[in-house]
Amino acid sequence: MDRIIKSIQKSALTALWFMLLTFPIMVIKFNPINQNLRWRWMNLLYTGLGSFVLSSLWRFFLQRRAEAGSRAARAEDEGSRRKSGMLFLTREALKQRKIALRVFSGIAIAVIAFPFLVNSYQVTIITSALIFVILGLGLNIVIGYGGLLHLGYAAFYAAGAYNYGLLYLYTGMGFWTALPLGALSGMVFGLLIGFPVLRLRGDYLAIVTLALGQIVRLLLENLSGFTKGPEGIAQIPRPKFFTALSYGGATIYLYFIVLAGVILTIFVIRRIEDSRIGRALEAMRDDEIAAQAMGIDLTRAKLITFSMGALWAGLAGVFLAGKTAYINPGSFTLLESVMILVAVVLGGTGSIPGVVLGALLVTLIPEYFRALSDYRMLMFGAALVLMPIFRPQGIIPRVRRRCRVSGEGRR
Amino acid sequence: MSGAVLDVKDFSMIFGGLRAVDHVSMCIDEGEIAALIGPNGAGKTTLFNCVTGVYTPSKGDIRVRNSGGEFTRINGMKPNRITELGLARTFQNIRLFSTMTALENVMIGRHSKLKSGILGAVFRGRRTRAEEHRVIEDSLEFLAKLGLEDCANEPAGALPYGDQRRLEIARAMACEPALLLLDEPAAGMNPRETEELKKTIMTIRDNEGITILLIEHDMSLVMSLAERIYVLDYGRMIAEGRPHEVKANPGVIKAYLGE
Repeated sequence: MDRIIKSIQKSALTALWFMLLTFPIMVIKFNPINQNLRWRWMNLLYTGLGSFVLSSLWRFFLQRRAEAGSRAARAEDEGSRRKSGMLFLTREALKQRKIALRVFSGIAIAVIAFPFLVNSYQVTIITSALIFVILGLGLNIVIGYGGLLHLGYAAFYAAGAYNYGLLYLYTGMGFWTALPLGALSGMVFGLLIGFPVLRLRGDYLAIVTLALGQIVRLLLENLSGFTKGPEGIAQIPRPKFFTALSYGGATIYLYFIVLAGVILTIFVIRRIEDSRIGRALEAMRDDEIAAQAMGIDLTRAKLITFSMGALWAGLAGVFLAGKTAYINPGSFTLLESVMILVAVVLGGTGSIPGVVLGALLVTLIPEYFRALSDYRMLMFGAALVLMPIFRPQGIIPRVRRRCRVSGEGRR
Repeated sequence: MSGAVLDVKDFSMIFGGLRAVDHVSMCIDEGEIAALIGPNGAGKTTLFNCVTGVYTPSKGDIRVRNSGGEFTRINGMKPNRITELGLARTFQNIRLFSTMTALENVMIGRHSKLKSGILGAVFRGRRTRAEEHRVIEDSLEFLAKLGLEDCANEPAGALPYGDQRRLEIARAMACEPALLLLDEPAAGMNPRETEELKKTIMTIRDNEGITILLIEHDMSLVMSLAERIYVLDYGRMIAEGRPHEVKANPGVIKAYLGE
């Protein structure tokens, strides 16, 4: 009881402080035509009430989190905390073959039937989201496994997109030839970037990659003779299915191509994660010096991280060019890099299902809540502030593979 | 028991104006347990770091005998290359891969013994699968040697302190070194754990034939375990010899107890 009164007091103080702070902008309004002041006292009340409620909620959730933490500590068994909740139950259920089979075939049917049930607009939205999933998974290699904070990821995305755009512009090359070349150009680009930043880590790496993303975009904008500058490259052909398809047909076709891309990405990344190379990358993330002392070539590991990460961005770039049929440097701004980063961190760094969910959320929420589009940045900002406090491991955290120890030691 | 595995000649390490290690020579013979002792700041860990390639020595020669029986000069070589030559180490302040499981930590130790690359990982052919299968078996064996098989699936960072120290040794052993460098393996252990550690180190030497060089502050452990002791003080080697010789050396007593 005492605690509740105290918490109300604190919230009231916060509310008062906010009322005072926002007084000049929320209450006083100068009307330049009549040359007089309007005093909007009701706004003061709203600010006070709003900040009181928010502050109370904030306190309440922090309290709950602290209590949950100490309870888990008392239980000694950290697992007991994990053994409840939606996520754990879902995972347990999916371990049973029968349920897993049903769930996955259900998802498969829904995903395949989807484009035939809705209009092209919806299909386009989902296709963009899937492209974003590929980007998220690619960045996840760099951040989740390699532990290298990369803020210029959109540069690789641009490399793939412009690879197709320019090849079409100058040689008339088609989508299918450009696709592997796009992935390759992403990878080569990743290697080129990898070399100069080999020695950097943490904040310094973040700054350099940030600059890099800007440099690439500015180059694309200013080399107007070659890249057509800010006006971009238009009328890039959509992928053909033997002959050119109608707009609706091409949309559905591209949806399936991108879907296949996502499946390929997940397949490859899962296999890398669970291999000698994947382990080496994670060891590097956890401790560079120890990793090197255990025989891991850091130079190689970093170059692999960058090139494998960039490869998927290159692929996604070709998909983007094929989907929108038009690319310009404006699609590869810092904001794009940040959004991919948000998708990774929000969903769960290092966790493939987490990143997929994160990427879908980041792209689909703004699409389907157009009415709230003004508040988009506000919401992402809030999510980025709240996530590290309440769920630092992401929505779907990574689950480490366990080995059966007894018996023949098989997985 | 024949010949040296590590040969350090006239080696100095200078940081700016500080001579951390000053004209030191030492020679570790195959199959022995040697100890490097000295007061804090004497340059023991610096010597370790130079031998394992973390730093490049300022002067002198550090040579390691490779599997072919020839000596390779390792000055300025990258740590991972030195590990491949047959040197493995643990760290004074534990440096495990804390988010990975104990088993995965040991599997990292096997890294340089494996071959599969990215393509192997993606296509996962028969060779890669067999290799992965074998590395798990081998790693479990190394865990079992240190008595850690029960916590194979625990995240390394969540293990108790003593287990973390032993996991570091297991990880280093997984590199199959000819020479194992232990940097204060008993730091923070209670007497019972220290006693167990002593037995473990003996077993490693006797059963695996791994030569051991350790840095340690626990004198009773050093005196009962080491066959040869090197004493560093202010970067200089002030004594070398069998435990009883070193114990009686006036220079050593002065370095530890003062005038």
